[in-house]
Amino acid sequence: MRSPLNIKRGPILLTVILGCLILFPVFSPSPYLIHIITLIFIWSYVSTAWSYMGRFGLVSLGHGAFLGTGAYITALLFNFFNLSPWIGMLIGASGAVFLAAVLGYACFRSGIIGDYFALVTLAVGELVALSIIAMREITGGSLGFTLRSLGNSPLYFQFGSKVYFYYISLLFLLFALYLWKRIDKSKMQKALKAIGEDEVAASSVGINIIRHKMAIFIISAFLTGIGGVLYAQYITYLNPHTLSGVTVSLAIPFKAILGGMFNIWGPAIGTAMIVSLEEYIRVSYGTKFVGVSEVVYGIALITLIIFLPKGLYGTVLEIFHKRQRSAETIT
Amino acid sequence: MPPSLIQVLIMLSLDGIGKFFGGLAALSDISLKVEEGEFLGLIGPNGSGKTTLFNVISGVLKPSSGRVSFMGADITGLYPDKICHLGVARTFQIPRPLKDLTVVENVMLGALFGDSGRSTYHSEETAKRDAIKYIDFVGLKVGELTMPDELTAAGLRKLELARALATSPTLLLADEVISGLNQEEILEASSVLNRIRDEMGVTIIWVEHIMGALMSLVERVVVLDYGKIIAEGKPSEVSGDKRVVEAYLGEEEQEVY
Ligand SMILES: Nc1ncnc2c1ncn2[C@@H]1O[C@H](COP(=O)(O)OP(=O)(O)OP(=O)(O)O)[C@@H](O)[C@H]1O
Ligand SMILES: [Mg+2]
Repeated sequence: MRSPLNIKRGPILLTVILGCLILFPVFSPSPYLIHIITLIFIWSYVSTAWSYMGRFGLVSLGHGAFLGTGAYITALLFNFFNLSPWIGMLIGASGAVFLAAVLGYACFRSGIIGDYFALVTLAVGELVALSIIAMREITGGSLGFTLRSLGNSPLYFQFGSKVYFYYISLLFLLFALYLWKRIDKSKMQKALKAIGEDEVAASSVGINIIRHKMAIFIISAFLTGIGGVLYAQYITYLNPHTLSGVTVSLAIPFKAILGGMFNIWGPAIGTAMIVSLEEYIRVSYGTKFVGVSEVVYGIALITLIIFLPKGLYGTVLEIFHKRQRSAETIT
Repeated sequence: MPPSLIQVLIMLSLDGIGKFFGGLAALSDISLKVEEGEFLGLIGPNGSGKTTLFNVISGVLKPSSGRVSFMGADITGLYPDKICHLGVARTFQIPRPLKDLTVVENVMLGALFGDSGRSTYHSEETAKRDAIKYIDFVGLKVGELTMPDELTAAGLRKLELARALATSPTLLLADEVISGLNQEEILEASSVLNRIRDEMGVTIIWVEHIMGALMSLVERVVVLDYGKIIAEGKPSEVSGDKRVVEAYLGEEEQEVY
């Protein structure tokens, strides 16, 4: 049995962490740290959304497609038609959903699962990047384009201070974590768990495989599309390589899998580690290693999946639980 | 009452079912009618196509030719979940529990998703209550947190049955639910099957190698050999049939007793 102390520890720890995060910008004068943590929030939000489906065995290596679709549609609507990104992002995310729906239906109908699904999504992610580059006249091609600056204009998702983005990103991340919890309590979670383990057994007890996979894919794509908007509004610059394409498409699952996609905190922990590490390397070694990241991500991803499928945090948790269990049986 | 007035409802009708795996004809030209309320035995040597026929009926495999009708509707090629919703449940010869879920959760899946009419408003509470009811019915003794890997062979077969029953079927396809069990367990599981038919009113097609148990329960037997129906009739008629004896003589380690 767990002691009462253990039961209380979780929520208290959470409240303390959340409190620190909320108060951090108030007490820290360092815009640089605020910037890094904002990036961690944004990418944690995205890798959490990725894990919604990844943890049920639906490993997408093409989430850059949704990131890019969401960000570009929203930014172009703003630059050309002056549509506020707050509204535009719903349209952008709907574009991501449309793409996911078409891709998902094609894959799930024809029984493309596992490694094949990963490969198809990888190709689609790259396809979106190439399409963005090809539409050079409006997207600026591989050079990308800058968002029109309106100065401080909250109604247009632009702020005079970066601190606003810090809090907005934190809110989005909290929402993604809350949705994870909601999914965990839903019937859909049970269906997806069964599907992830054994599709034949699942469908034989009446679980509609295509419908459930489509549902989680669409939810994940929608949130990821919004994530692209969040990142673009923050950086105020859109580039096909940072918003779709292979690098970012591999970086998202890498963060999630490193932390551990089966636990609600895993993707965020993995993201915090990677963003910090990338920043450390950038500061210490400059841009010497730019371009190496694809190779590193690729190799690291394969190594992780083979040797540490539950990720760092997931594995630590497992060891901890085992210890606790064996301690209990001794006493 | 004259025979013509007795209403016999054909629940399942197979017309010219064929199934190829590459060049191998696992099933050829299978035609069969199963009446509502019937307890039908399906036997045949190893590899004769029994499981393949279950896979075709339940939608796991699409037949290469022929038609499957259930309650008068053509269900050929429908997805397994749809066929399950129509009232056909099956067990797996090699048990397929979902290993990450508890035994109770495994059975709950059947209750939550198996019955289309009910599952839209079926709450977790009622699903759990139903799951426990079916777990008791099949005689499975487990706690709330028991995982499938803690079950014995007999336990896993009971889990298969309970999960299938939880979908509230009208037709049950039971694939070797007593093989690998000891004498006592065989008697218990056979009586469970009998009660599923008598108390729940479920029509059953039962595949089994253990002849003694099967022949004493079923009303009619269909014999498959190399994917073809070679005999059909009452247990007493079939067990004396020359072709059936010959089909089984080819088999070395047949568990007949
Ligand atoms: N998915 C498959 N792919 C290829 N061949 C298959 C497949 N499923 C079954 N077969 C082949 O079809 C034939 C019939 O197999 P099936 O499993 O239906 O036999 P069975 O009567 O259930 O046998 P058993 O009594 O051993 O369970 C066998 O030759 C088998 O090897
Ligand atoms: Mg078989």
